[in-house]
Amino acid sequence: MLKDLFHKKRQYATIAGQTAEERMAAPVKVPAAAPKDNIPQGLVNKCQSCGALLISKELQKHVYTCPQCGHHFPVDARTRIDITLDSDSFFEYDAGLTSVDPLSFPGYPEKLRKAQEQTGLLEGAVTGEGTLDGHPVVIGVMDSRFIMGSMGSAMGEKLTRAMERAAQKRYPLLLFTASGGARMQEGILSLMQMAKTSAALQRLDEKGVLFVSVITHPTTGGVSASFASLGDIILAEPGALFGFAGRRVIEQTIRQKLPDDFQTAEFNLKHGMVDRVVDRKQMRETLAAILRIHAVGGWAHAE
Amino acid sequence: MPNELEFERPILELRQKVDELRTLMETTGIDLTAEVAKLEDRLAELTRNVYQGLSAWQRVQLARQPGRPTTLDYIRGILTDFIELHGDRNFRDDPAIVGGIGLLEGRPVTVIGTQKGRDTKENIHRNFGMAHPEGYRKALRLMKQAEKFHRPVVLFIDTAGAYPGMGGEERGQSEAIARNLREMAGLRTPTVCFVTGEGGSGGALGLGVTDRVYVLEYAWYSVIAPESAAAILWRDATQASRAAETMRITAPDLMELGIADEIIPEPMGGAQKDPAEMIARVKRKAVEALESLSALPIAELLQARYDKYRAMGSFAER
Ligand SMILES: [Zn+2]
Repeated sequence: MLKDLFHKKRQYATIAGQTAEERMAAPVKVPAAAPKDNIPQGLVNKCQSCGALLISKELQKHVYTCPQCGHHFPVDARTRIDITLDSDSFFEYDAGLTSVDPLSFPGYPEKLRKAQEQTGLLEGAVTGEGTLDGHPVVIGVMDSRFIMGSMGSAMGEKLTRAMERAAQKRYPLLLFTASGGARMQEGILSLMQMAKTSAALQRLDEKGVLFVSVITHPTTGGVSASFASLGDIILAEPGALFGFAGRRVIEQTIRQKLPDDFQTAEFNLKHGMVDRVVDRKQMRETLAAILRIHAVGGWAHAE
Repeated sequence: MPNELEFERPILELRQKVDELRTLMETTGIDLTAEVAKLEDRLAELTRNVYQGLSAWQRVQLARQPGRPTTLDYIRGILTDFIELHGDRNFRDDPAIVGGIGLLEGRPVTVIGTQKGRDTKENIHRNFGMAHPEGYRKALRLMKQAEKFHRPVVLFIDTAGAYPGMGGEERGQSEAIARNLREMAGLRTPTVCFVTGEGGSGGALGLGVTDRVYVLEYAWYSVIAPESAAAILWRDATQASRAAETMRITAPDLMELGIADEIIPEPMGGAQKDPAEMIARVKRKAVEALESLSALPIAELLQARYDKYRAMGSFAER
């Protein structure tokens, strides 16, 4: 049948021999409570979802998803850039931006120092420009290891500068979000980063520049309620938590247990809050297709 | 007096003493004028001392006092011909956010704000002033309408936060707030907001990206409520007073951090002691602010708004 041929033909286009539709139709196992930091490291990694032992080479080949169950391992910002952009095309912006302790918040400087040592980053997001399938883009990636990817002033500034550059260069903007929300240790200043980044996106929007937001696990609170939700197109990785309030807070407020899939990418797709749930193995090609469509430009109207 | 807070008790006690002395003077005919005057001086001094030396936590308690003017009190107090408008044209009308149109000193304005109830019944109806996505979407609809008719927007913020519930998440609480932040940044009409009581996180900010941010003297504004901060920091919600200090959430803090443009002084003891006076002060400020903002060309107004938020935050560069 024509339909079968069509499917068969499509299979060649995907890495793991399964179409995006088939993959999406398959039930995605959602981790009940993913540990804070299960970023793959070392030679052998255990899948948090199915328990499979995976050799790092194999894991890498599957762009850090479990070949057994499809579980998406969290990836750090640099790895994300590696698996997203064309190789050696990345040029980093503002690597020297770093947080200060504006409120003299107890324990904050130590927390920052620890996060910096652990991640090798000065702040919880990496921004820059590069190409994806030949298309120039401005990219920003949050790193969930850095104080839970929380947004303070330095992160807000870094992302805002990236947005402003995207507007100036008219390059599409790609943001991969992963954040527990606003960084409490910077108080109201962190809340205002939501306003600052959203104002920059307003200008990008006015200029008609494409912004694609990619939701990765977890994206909540102040980041969810600002730039993460403002993409022209919003993609999400399978199983990624995406919501405003925390599950525990909601359960305490409504005195009711929430369903297991609450606030997952799939839940958000069902409720119309994201455009597509995209398996990491298809993410690059999905982004490339979106960029390709936009690179053509709109239709010209008669003068 | 009902609703006295713990730290206000010494004032209450001294006032009772003054009253007792007066009654004594009247009933016995003994001349105690000098003693009464002395005691009244002490009362005035004590009152000043108590309210000038408030801790952050005591301010939070004052900001939550029932009897403070609510958004509808401010709106009805500063406008003539107020007409409330309802609904987000999408899902439902959210009673936790009210809005409408009216005349401020004869000139049209749009007004919007979170609405708390006066009693339990009204609070349940208003969901304690904690809005759902449709509330933020109603607000945006009214702001866009204001832009169309070149009406400035006056907003009132008094909310513990956006409501953390199931329906809100299903209908995109994040998206509704995020969209407001972006659209308010580009709204082509002057905007001012008053934080009149509680400024609870994103739920407050969702109505608070404006040309001017005015904070009432005892209001607070924070990324997280003091009780929740205490629960996270010390796993103990009773440490809220400590968290209130740490988080820098009071009106003077907000001035120092560059978030508030001005503090609106409250009547002695707080807005609830003299609502009419408080409403009059808010009205004067709103009129003054809109006069000066409307003198600017729109492009300049938008650039100034952008620059204001662009400058917020504190970081270093290596
Ligand atoms: Zn697995």
